[in-house]
Amino acid sequence: MALFNVFDIAGSAMTAQSMRLNVVASNMANADSVTGSDGQPYRAKQVIFQAQAVNNAMPKGVSGVAVTKVIDDPSPMKLVYDPQNPFANAEGYVTMPNVNVVEEMTNMISASRSYQANVEMMNTAKTMIQRTLALGQ
Amino acid sequence: MFNSIDRALAFDSKMLSVRGYRQQILASNIANADTPNYKAMDIDFSQMLTNAMGSISMSRTDAGHIDAKGGSPVAGIKPMYRAAVQPSIDGNTVDADVEQAQFSENALQYMSTLQFMNGKIQSTLLALRGN
Repeated sequence: MALFNVFDIAGSAMTAQSMRLNVVASNMANADSVTGSDGQPYRAKQVIFQAQAVNNAMPKGVSGVAVTKVIDDPSPMKLVYDPQNPFANAEGYVTMPNVNVVEEMTNMISASRSYQANVEMMNTAKTMIQRTLALGQ
Repeated sequence: MFNSIDRALAFDSKMLSVRGYRQQILASNIANADTPNYKAMDIDFSQMLTNAMGSISMSRTDAGHIDAKGGSPVAGIKPMYRAAVQPSIDGNTVDADVEQAQFSENALQYMSTLQFMNGKIQSTLLALRGN
C-alpha cells in the first residue's frame, strides 16, 4: 500500500530532526568549552539536511529527509578578554567557542516542532491505513 | 455480476490511489520543511482524476498490439511546484500551515471515499443476502 511510504518519510524526518536536536544539545553543553581533546576550543556543529528518496518504492515528487553532513560552524570564534585565564594568549584574550546560544535555542524549538508535526503525520497515516483495512466490515 | 461490482467500485478505488499519492507528496513537503532549497510540490487534482479515469492508454504502433487500457492510476501524474507565498531565505518554499491543512484535508477526503465505498459494499451485500 502506497500509504506505508508516509511512515518512511515521517520516520526519516524524525531521525533527521532528532539528530539536529542532538547537535543543538552538544553545542549548548559546550558553549563555554575553552578546550577539547585536541587542545582547541569547541566549534559549533550544524547539520545539513537533504531531500532524498528513503526507499526504492517512492514515486515521483516524493522524498524523505537525510542528514548528509555534520559541519563545523564557519562563523568566527569569540574572543573574551580575561588575562587571568590560563588559556589567554599574549594579549590576554581567550578564544571561546562560536556557539550562538540564542540561535541554538530557536533551532531547538524548530526541531521539536518539526518532530511533532511528523509524529502527527504518522498518526494520520496510521488511521487511514486502519480504515482502509476495515473496508467492507 | 462481479464485473458490475468491479465497475461500481472502480471510481472510488482510483480516487483512493490518487488521494494516497497526494498524501505522500504532502508528507514529503512536511518532512522537508527545514531542508534548504526544497520546493514544495502538489498535484492538480482535477487533471489527475481525468488521467486516472482512463484517458491513459498505451500507443499501438502495430495492428497486433493489444489495447492496454488503464495501468496504474497515478502513472501519468506530474507533481508540480507550489507557487510560493513567502519563501525562506534558504530557498525553501514549504509553508508548514498550508501543508498541514492540505494534509488533514486530503486525509479526510480519503476517509470519506472509504465511507462511500463502505456504503456501496453494504448495499451490495444487502442485495445479495436479500434480507
